Amino acid sequence: MKKHIISSWIFSGVFALSGILFSGNAIAEEYRSSPWQMGFQTPGSESAVRIFACHDLLLYIETAIVVLVLLLMVYIVIKFNAKANPVPSKTTHNTMLEVVWTAVPILILITIAIPSLKLLYFIDKTEEPEMTLKVTGNQWYWSYTYPDQDGLEFDSIILEEDELEAGQPRLLSVDNPVVLPVNTNVRILLVSNDVIHNFAVPSLGLKLDTTPGRTNETWTNIDKPGTYYGMCSELCGVNHGFMPIQVRAVSKEDYAVWVEQAKQEFAQNGEPGSLPASGTVKIAAVISQ
Amino acid sequence: MSQDHTPTGARRWLMSTNHKDIGTLYLILATFAAVVGGAMSWYIRLELMEPGIQYIDDFQLYNVLVTAHGFIMVFFVVMPAMIGGFGNWFIPMMIGAPDMAFPRLNNVSFWLLAAALVLLVVAALVDGGPGTGWTVYPPLSSAEFHPGMAVDFGILALHLAGASSVLGAANFITTIFNMRAPGMTLHRMPLFVWAILVTAFLLLLAIPVLAGALTMLLTDRNFGTSFFIVEGGGDPLLWQHLFWFFGHPEVYIIIIPAFGIISEIVSTFSRKPIFGYLGMAYAMASIGVVGFFVWAHHMYMTGLNVDTRAYFTAATLVIAVPTGIKIFSWLATMWGGSISFETPMLYAFGFIWLFVMGGVTGVTLANAGMDLAFHDTYFVVAHFHYVMAIAAILAMFAGFFYWIGKMSGYRYPEGLAKLQFWVFFVGVNVLFFPQHFLGMAGMPRRIPDYPDAYAGWNYVSSIGALITIAGTILFFYIVWRTFRDRVPCPANPWGVGATTLEWTVESPAPFHTFEDMPDINAKASVE
Ligand SMILES: [Cu+2]
Repeated sequence: MKKHIISSWIFSGVFALSGILFSGNAIAEEYRSSPWQMGFQTPGSESAVRIFACHDLLLYIETAIVVLVLLLMVYIVIKFNAKANPVPSKTTHNTMLEVVWTAVPILILITIAIPSLKLLYFIDKTEEPEMTLKVTGNQWYWSYTYPDQDGLEFDSIILEEDELEAGQPRLLSVDNPVVLPVNTNVRILLVSNDVIHNFAVPSLGLKLDTTPGRTNETWTNIDKPGTYYGMCSELCGVNHGFMPIQVRAVSKEDYAVWVEQAKQEFAQNGEPGSLPASGTVKIAAVISQ
Repeated sequence: MSQDHTPTGARRWLMSTNHKDIGTLYLILATFAAVVGGAMSWYIRLELMEPGIQYIDDFQLYNVLVTAHGFIMVFFVVMPAMIGGFGNWFIPMMIGAPDMAFPRLNNVSFWLLAAALVLLVVAALVDGGPGTGWTVYPPLSSAEFHPGMAVDFGILALHLAGASSVLGAANFITTIFNMRAPGMTLHRMPLFVWAILVTAFLLLLAIPVLAGALTMLLTDRNFGTSFFIVEGGGDPLLWQHLFWFFGHPEVYIIIIPAFGIISEIVSTFSRKPIFGYLGMAYAMASIGVVGFFVWAHHMYMTGLNVDTRAYFTAATLVIAVPTGIKIFSWLATMWGGSISFETPMLYAFGFIWLFVMGGVTGVTLANAGMDLAFHDTYFVVAHFHYVMAIAAILAMFAGFFYWIGKMSGYRYPEGLAKLQFWVFFVGVNVLFFPQHFLGMAGMPRRIPDYPDAYAGWNYVSSIGALITIAGTILFFYIVWRTFRDRVPCPANPWGVGATTLEWTVESPAPFHTFEDMPDINAKASVE
């Protein structure tokens, strides 16, 4: 059971009891959301760790601002209602005050911007890729290509509800998960065959559009073996909600074994024109049941 | 000025050139559209109340509902109510003008909008409707992936709505610059007038860019051009740049009039002039200017160059400064005041709370690095509903209760209205606050079904929608009671704090507002 402390939403007037929460995963090594979760998923890469940490810092500042405004409003309601204060003051200017509430936010924003920009440059690209994965968005499934492995290529299509085995989450499980080795700098190239999709895996800190006509680049380095889930994150048509991403991270040794197996299994996929027809028709049928 | 005959019937309502009548027409259209757009969102929340597919098994229809809800709420509810409705009613009155500068143009603006609404409804009903989201990104919106006429009708609807807005904007700018009563200098104008002035300039500069992009999309779809089609040498990202160059100022077009309404109300019910009046006016102007230089913060996940993203992060954070000035100035206006808590003031408090909540999550989203975790999730949905959509709705309710006495001549039932505020306010918070959790946990937007782990907060959110429906029904009951009970409203129901010119004329405001030119120098209403 992995646990990750996330910051509190204590400024919530509505859910004031939330406090500090733990977001655990229901099943070990499954990196996805859990019921009633109030924070981020368990991070599975350095990028995700840094994004979540940066947001935790920001959340403290923002909580302080919201609490400050709330306290001021409560004070105003108590002190300056017509009964308590029948004669209004005539003050409409206070240069000092106005300078302060302009300057202090600027300082706060600079405090935020520095770690935020560092984060931005860290998560952007890897300088030293050890392998490359090419991700292709299609209506409505993903294709994965391993250019370093003789063009190993396969499609990854959502599992229908009657295909799920025990423990496989609905709407997140696919027939062929993409497999990656842990502790490896993976360069990820993203392209699209039709409309704009978005390849997103929250626990890995991955999210980038696949856009026709251009190749986008990002990277990951997965900490631990496990299964990491995500969903298409750009509206891409009728079955936008039904093209999940399932990443299976394994040790480098297991990865080498898997590559050899996969080359056999998907041998026919390297040839042109052999991509299976999109699974959308049968998916739509299943979903509507 | 000297004509005092009042047209009646179709002549009065179809061919109206009177700013109050046209304002009323805008408010009626916005109310009708709000019911339609609201019903769509409630249907969506009904579907999302539980995991699995319950009601909407046609996912194109689901996408069309999402799309139409956005279009209707932005173009046919908030903009017509704030600018066309309250703007038309009160801008001339507040500056001591007899009417708008171009009364016939005013009429054209309204009827173009009505025609646009018809076209939008047609778009939703033909060829499966536009399932593109309100952002209409190609290639999804191209002829290849949306064949049929639905998207074309949508484009034409936006063209007409845009033309309506631009004409209205020109009208407001001319009116405010040229028709102020003697003594009503720019720096004495009520903040609502400032707000509409800034908004009109935003419309004038932003809408033509949208119109250009829409025309390019239209010719791509129908006449063989390829501005956005890769195979013909075009670029889908060009659309996104153009759309968001319009789209970001658009969110200020929605919220700045709300700033104006809230400023009037806070000042009136605190019995104090606005604190830092000039700072407030120029904060709005600077938000408007900076708003044109931050558009690509909607595009952090498109693969923009990292330095570009760093620039847009910095530029977007800058906007927090003038918005902070506004919030602190409202609080400082209340500070030392003698505050009464009638319904408009409750709504002003509610607005400030929502705006601060949505404002701080906006600071989060401004950061390209952190936005990775939130882009296209329910966190964004929660953010923009807090800061823009629901905040604007609260400001509209505030404006309604503040001015209904002046517009109709009847007082609304105060106790019921206060109840309505609390029901609606609790409802929208229960509806949207849990969506922050859903977004942090990774739930994407615009999906008709979701992994089972998201069931809990989605259920809570839908309960919030039910409470909001109750608040909405109560609102219409209050409207009905107001017009049935006919409790006469005095010229100034709010007392010494209400210093703007509309409170100097009788209620309801006469068809021709001012018999004599108001003398601002004697009054010096605004410091
Ligand atoms: Cu997709």
